[in-house]
Amino acid sequence: MCLAVPMEIKSIKDNIAEVEVGGVRNQVRLDIIDEQPEVGDFVIVHAGFALRRLDREEGLETLKLFEESLNVELT
Amino acid sequence: MLNLLNKFKDPELCRNILRQIEAEVNGQFKFMEVCGTHTVAIFQSGLRSLLPENIIHLSGPGCPVCVTHESEVAAYLELAEKDVIITTFGDLMRVPGPDRKNLKNAQAEGARVKVVYSAFDALKVAMENPQDKVVFLGIGFETTAPTVAATLKIAKEQKINNFYVLSFHKLVPPALKVLLEDQDTEIDGFLLPGHVSTIIGLKPYLFLASEYQMPAVISGFEPLDILQAILLMIRQKNSGQPEVVNNYKRAVADNGNPRARQVMDEVFEITDASWRGIGTIPQSGLGLNEDYEQLDGFKALDITLRDVPPIPGCRCGDVLKGKIRPDECPLFKKACTPASPVGPCMVSTEGSCAAYFKYMV
Repeated sequence: MCLAVPMEIKSIKDNIAEVEVGGVRNQVRLDIIDEQPEVGDFVIVHAGFALRRLDREEGLETLKLFEESLNVELT
Repeated sequence: MLNLLNKFKDPELCRNILRQIEAEVNGQFKFMEVCGTHTVAIFQSGLRSLLPENIIHLSGPGCPVCVTHESEVAAYLELAEKDVIITTFGDLMRVPGPDRKNLKNAQAEGARVKVVYSAFDALKVAMENPQDKVVFLGIGFETTAPTVAATLKIAKEQKINNFYVLSFHKLVPPALKVLLEDQDTEIDGFLLPGHVSTIIGLKPYLFLASEYQMPAVISGFEPLDILQAILLMIRQKNSGQPEVVNNYKRAVADNGNPRARQVMDEVFEITDASWRGIGTIPQSGLGLNEDYEQLDGFKALDITLRDVPPIPGCRCGDVLKGKIRPDECPLFKKACTPASPVGPCMVSTEGSCAAYFKYMV
């Protein structure tokens, strides 16, 4: 039930953002997100609310740690 | 960003980590996940069949539908017979109560039950039906609770006086503690729930390593996330240095989401809660605080939880504690199937029994 999906912010009006992923559009509320997102950001969406902005740098960093610890190259 | 997320499914990289796991695991390693989304991800991705045999996956009390107590199910089924509109996440519709009746049967008999995608949609139902009392069934862990709290805040601010929440929300860390106190449960590490952690962060889990010497890794839901978490837990066990690690940093800040927690604090207070199969766990649930009394379904609609007998033969409780596998329950695939479930672990798609049924046959 704690399924949460990354979706891209297309527009923001007041406390509500228009989001999209894979052609599916939805509206999400921004009442509980801790850092105000911007258009183009990906947010994790759960039950109609954005929970957090996804951090691209941290994602890359995690992958880099894999590479280093396993000595493999990512393509 | 989507390209980046796809990398977490990369088969070549997954194979490399699997080889590493095989090389580093010493003897048997039992890990437990406590998140229904992990349960589904582990089965769906085929990881269970790829992992070496000595790595054992246990599915803990991480499915909110499954841990909703019999007395709570009985309470909302009774409420459905009254003159109210019930709004709920679809997950609860088929959970059997006493006499195997569920919300879907109640609906067929005339009860007004509406499935909603979010608590806020339930509030919209209340606004559209001002002459009716609209009750939202609040189930879910720390991921869901702030969305319900935010909705309650809006209801109060906008003075909507026909909206109520029956809060059955539960908290994950107290349940982990109970599992570790149980002498019969053998766990070598916890795969910690990613999106619960998005809200609560690292701190509430620190006792796992400091008090119980338990390896624990916050993990995302892609195959690579899960495999790496398993490898990290094995390394912690091997080195004898258990710690709580955040390995899902793209979605989890170490400090969690303080704004969401503050919204929860404004609306809820921590209470004792009953968990199916486990019983009452002190300070493991959320009820509405006195500022939100008027929106509290228990108080406003005079609902009390009463003792109801457990479902005869159903071993859901032991499954939730990792004491037996679903296929060790005598009802599994016989009296109890997804089409005709006896217990909640077979109802929810996230339940272990439903996952075993779907992926192990």
